[in-house]
Amino acid sequence: MEFDRAVDAKGQSCPMPVLLTAKAAKEMTSGEVMFLEATDAGARSDIPAWAEQTGNELIESSEEGDVLSFYIRKK
Amino acid sequence: MSDEAQSMTIIAFSGDLDKLWPTMILSSTAAATGMEVTVFYTFWGLFPLVKDDVRITGKDSMTKMLSGMNAPGFQGAKLSKMNMGGMGRRMMRKVAKKGNLMPPEELFAICEDMGVNMWPCQMTMDLLGIKSEQMRPNLGTPVGAATALQKMAKSDISLFI
Repeated sequence: MEFDRAVDAKGQSCPMPVLLTAKAAKEMTSGEVMFLEATDAGARSDIPAWAEQTGNELIESSEEGDVLSFYIRKK
Repeated sequence: MSDEAQSMTIIAFSGDLDKLWPTMILSSTAAATGMEVTVFYTFWGLFPLVKDDVRITGKDSMTKMLSGMNAPGFQGAKLSKMNMGGMGRRMMRKVAKKGNLMPPEELFAICEDMGVNMWPCQMTMDLLGIKSEQMRPNLGTPVGAATALQKMAKSDISLFI
């Protein structure tokens, strides 16, 4: 999947994956897609919760080994 | 979700290191989620807002002793249990660093950047003799219980930590 912005939150613990995601989203324009990677297991539920709360669209999420990947479309 | 921004108010009553973490984690995350966040620092919760290079605050021998016992500043914050003369605090900070958990003072700085309202309690400042110039810059105007309650009444989430 194509994306406009990549965010690497690997190796960072709560609350950093959400904070980095929010910071990047703030700098993006509506409709752009973010590719986010994180290794904090809490991000598995935190990123969908953040997306729902903020109205941004979680397009896809996947896991490979310890790495969680998310595609998010900015509202 | 509604279009109107949600809000959270935390009454930061404790100055303990292990309680500063949830306060800072929840505040920064709520701000990142688009909520309006206010933290009201009162009683022991006020000490972390004192600059780290200020060793003693207070207006007389009793309040000075209290500030010595509570070690002002984020760096002075102790563990609520098993602090063991500072060993517990040092261990907890090491564990946090190893687990990539950001220290509370860095999360506080992020909160400030995100526009979290930091309100010192005026009454505690007067009671314990903590002066504005001894505290971190860029805090909100010191307020009282009624202002904090007004904010809580309008908040979707109110916490006492």
